[in-house]
Amino acid sequence: MSVVFYLLSGLTLAGGLAAILLKNTVHCALALTVAFAGLALLFLSLDAQFAGFAQILVYIGAVAILVVFAILLTRGSETPKDGVYSHHWPLGLVIAAGVFAVLGWAVLQSARVLPNETAVPSVTVLQIGNALMSRYVLPLEIVALLMTAAMIGAVIVAMHEKEGAK
Amino acid sequence: MIETMDQSFVLLQHWVVGFLPLALRPFAVVVLGVVGIVAVFPGLFALSVLLERKGLGRMQNRLGPNRVGPYGILQPIADGIKSLTKEDIVPLSADAAVHFLAPLVLVVAAFLGFAVLPMGRNMVLVDMDASLLFYFAIGASTELSIFMAGWSSRNKYSLLGAMRGVAQMISYEVPLLMSSVAVVMISGSLSLVKIVEAQNHYTWGLPHWYIFTPWGFAGFLLYAIASTAETNRCPFDLPEGESELVAGYFTEYSGFKFALFFLGEYLAMFSISGIGATLFLGGWSAPFEFLTWVPSWIWFFSKLMLSIVVFIWVRGTLPRLRQDQLMNFAWKFVLPLTMLNLFVAGLWRFLGEGWMRWVVCSAILMVAYVAMGRIGMRREHFGPRRYRYAE
Repeated sequence: MSVVFYLLSGLTLAGGLAAILLKNTVHCALALTVAFAGLALLFLSLDAQFAGFAQILVYIGAVAILVVFAILLTRGSETPKDGVYSHHWPLGLVIAAGVFAVLGWAVLQSARVLPNETAVPSVTVLQIGNALMSRYVLPLEIVALLMTAAMIGAVIVAMHEKEGAK
Repeated sequence: MIETMDQSFVLLQHWVVGFLPLALRPFAVVVLGVVGIVAVFPGLFALSVLLERKGLGRMQNRLGPNRVGPYGILQPIADGIKSLTKEDIVPLSADAAVHFLAPLVLVVAAFLGFAVLPMGRNMVLVDMDASLLFYFAIGASTELSIFMAGWSSRNKYSLLGAMRGVAQMISYEVPLLMSSVAVVMISGSLSLVKIVEAQNHYTWGLPHWYIFTPWGFAGFLLYAIASTAETNRCPFDLPEGESELVAGYFTEYSGFKFALFFLGEYLAMFSISGIGATLFLGGWSAPFEFLTWVPSWIWFFSKLMLSIVVFIWVRGTLPRLRQDQLMNFAWKFVLPLTMLNLFVAGLWRFLGEGWMRWVVCSAILMVAYVAMGRIGMRREHFGPRRYRYAE
């Protein structure tokens, strides 16, 4: 655990906290982007190049943009007077705690399942590409098909217009 | 002597680092590389702004800047001093923090792109395995800074410009990535250094650049279109169209922040041209075998400046597109052609050596280009525009 790790995890946590505590919705989205960037840098500091770059490309390049577009196109960036907090926050807290508990349990169990991992595994982008294109090509294609179907569905839902309308 | 000329910057770096204690050396190597990049590209920025103003002036039958220094060559210095001394005005209703951060994020992201660019033999700051992926990941994050600038200004022109800019950059990012994937498929590497090395061979004194293959030529044209749109240059400069949006997403910026936006835009142009030259024009390799004695960095920067001149030429020549034309062009013409180009690149790889692959690949691309152009034009009915949402 180096200084870099603590700096990056501090950045990620601060971004995540800001994302849930800030009042303005666009500020929340931007803070969430900071958390994404922190996660990407954490991946890179663990020498996981592909995961890190994919995180930047997908989450900062696409998901964050999608989030801000959704905020701006739906109800504007104006913050409502009574705050943006839901009335069901205890329920949300319970669900979040449950998810966190499951994840924490899984991470802690991994030490017992893989007891002899002493050397740091080095996985290059080349190896990931080869694996995706040979062994895991069928799952990859199924995911691609699913996403294409979802995208076409989204376009059809968005383009729905009445007959005879301009 | 030739070797020394070629490696002069690398040797200079080693010489300077040699004076430092051993513990500091790895750190100093990186710092020197960063200092080099941060010094060279803003210099090129000043040069190319002057070139652009002069060149556009010639194309539009006027003189361009000619008051500061002989032939106006000191104009960039005057502009720099002016932008440093101007008052920095932040609108009262603007979101101060985001308004302040936006130009910084843009310039930092633009500078990061140069980290993986091989500017000469052994002249790359970070030689990583997935440098092309790194470049596109960094490029994707500039969109957010444009959004930040437009949204935080609380100005309808800024917001409209930002929305246009982000929509356009997301749309053209897909063909940009797809057209470079063809190069990755053929060279079998995501590393820009290895992509240049794969092109640095000669047959009969002519180089093996990817632009001299059917798929490479098509890929280069598609890349050039997509990169023009990605850097918001004319004819794709709708996000900052002066006649409609004042200055688009940086309308409310003044003083040095405005200069930072200007710098960020030019830096993006340099790095995207550099990547284009690396992918399709052989990076730092010489155009003829008998010219290999010229230092590699001279070739790289010549190719870079040549692309900048083409950018300026296109800006002086073509009118601006309309928003619906821009989107239709991206999704209905450029994207299908890049997909087809991927297929053709695969075909090129598996048809083996010989003249067969030249004929087959060129024929497929030409037929597709002509057919898609014809079909697209047939659907195009000229006349008053019908608006889908705005009536």
